[in-house]
Amino acid sequence: MITARGLERRFRRKGRTGGEVHAVKGVDLDVEAGELVGFLGPNGAGKTTTLRMLTTLLKPSAGTATVGGRDLLTDPLGVRERIGYVAQGGGSAPESKVADELELQGRLYRMSKADAIARGAELAEQLDLTGLDQRPTKTLSGGQRRRLDIALGLIHSPDLVFLDEPSTGLDPQSRANLWDHIRRLRAERGVTVFLTTHYLDEADALSDRLIVIDDGRIVAEGTPDTLKAQVNGDRVEVGVDPEQGADAAEIAGRLAGAQELSVSDGEVRFRVPRGDVALPELLRALDAKSIPMLSVQVHRPTLDDVFLTLTGRSLREAEESTRAA
Amino acid sequence: MLRDTWLIFRRDMKAALRNPTWIMIGIMQPLLYLFLFGPLMVRAMQAQGLSEVDGWMLLTPALIAQLALFGSSFVGFGLLADYRSGVVERFRVTPVSRAALLLGKVLASALQAVVQALLIIALAYLAFDLDAPVGGVLLSLVIVFLLAVSLASCSYALALTLKSEETFPALLNAVLIPLLLLSGILLPITAGAAPKWLYTVSQLNPFRHVVDVERNSFRGDFTMDALFTGSVVVLVMAAVSVWWGTRTFQEESA
Repeated sequence: MITARGLERRFRRKGRTGGEVHAVKGVDLDVEAGELVGFLGPNGAGKTTTLRMLTTLLKPSAGTATVGGRDLLTDPLGVRERIGYVAQGGGSAPESKVADELELQGRLYRMSKADAIARGAELAEQLDLTGLDQRPTKTLSGGQRRRLDIALGLIHSPDLVFLDEPSTGLDPQSRANLWDHIRRLRAERGVTVFLTTHYLDEADALSDRLIVIDDGRIVAEGTPDTLKAQVNGDRVEVGVDPEQGADAAEIAGRLAGAQELSVSDGEVRFRVPRGDVALPELLRALDAKSIPMLSVQVHRPTLDDVFLTLTGRSLREAEESTRAA
Repeated sequence: MLRDTWLIFRRDMKAALRNPTWIMIGIMQPLLYLFLFGPLMVRAMQAQGLSEVDGWMLLTPALIAQLALFGSSFVGFGLLADYRSGVVERFRVTPVSRAALLLGKVLASALQAVVQALLIIALAYLAFDLDAPVGGVLLSLVIVFLLAVSLASCSYALALTLKSEETFPALLNAVLIPLLLLSGILLPITAGAAPKWLYTVSQLNPFRHVVDVERNSFRGDFTMDALFTGSVVVLVMAAVSVWWGTRTFQEESA
């Protein structure tokens, strides 16, 4: 459904100093029909730029792509007819009525007036927007407006839909509800979904397959589980008396497969393949040296660990460094 | 393309009708000039030996040109609002023609300018001594329409280029005030009354010629001499502006 090779995008920096920002540095993508793919990365990694290129809003500086069976560079109109796009900030005019927006959107996709109205009503029902058709969009709740944005992106029944950060700014309940809608969309209509997110839980809960981007490059792809399996085991944190920290660390270091060992202020951290198996052994060894264990935590690998392993920084650190830059 | 233009035109007209206060606010400025400045100017003209009717015949067509000049120049604000709410981007992902995105908006703005001009003419006719031939009024409305098309195209193109709610009005005011003063809208800039240098500078201002042609058509002076320059100027302005606007809407950064 999507094939991209070597997509690149450079931006000229504003101002007299000039210079260039190399936002996307050569991205290869393959998305099969019917897949629900999550495009994960910190803010500023190049997610939205890649998405805007795939949806014909930005011309790539280099590279080629086929989207929905049409060539992105030579047939952007063909691509536009076949895809739906829901932008990060939405796209409904605050003063316009829900029904008017849906009808106009359908007609811009060359549907007849009657078809556009019928399809708008159908989508409104599917996305829990019934009874809101005469309301100005500014009076909708955040979750309702988001669902309207999705309805606008689906009005022409595209086979491929791009969602840019779909749940940003929603409360937890609306988020869970939105996820259900996205899953249903795929299950019932077989729509291919390509969504960007910087939320790990969203990527984990929703996607069949993840593509991880950092600093304009694809750094990994795979199902959430295979990605997590690449991380070297569980993370264990043991609390001891600060004076015994070094001794405790030495003991922990002797555990089979222990690595990434660190200690600070009585907090000993390390990774082992199986945290649940390593713990009783560690407890016995510490006991033998009369070091009482004050606290203990075992973390299963998360996507944040995946990100950390791949890039050397956690997703949150990556976001902070982008913001500072 | 025609269908797309019609869809966008209808959307903008719907928005304008939903909130007609804006049309009223747009017409306030020329109305104030008509009622608070008009009588004064007409007296001043009488002192120079013109009749009262002549005075109103000078002011009214100039006011509808001013209305188009100011009203249509600020339509870009509406586009900036659409840009912020993501509507522009939403439209750009659909197969809609980019030229239609501009033309639909421009035609809706121009139609509103013509309606406002009609209101001003009707009020001037009812309240004061205005006596213009129907043909002349119709021609002046065509010119207002073309002027509004030019300015609205430029305004949309400029708004989309600047993408800033602060820079946009600042730049407009910096450009519009000299254009207004040098167009002779408030007091006709004639070779006899104005200093020579000011007269020469005003000849370089395209709006001056548009205001002249408005006044001539109001007077019912349909000679080649009276209409040629202004008509050519307004047609060229409209063509160049629509071209610029369309190009800006077609650019990817828009």
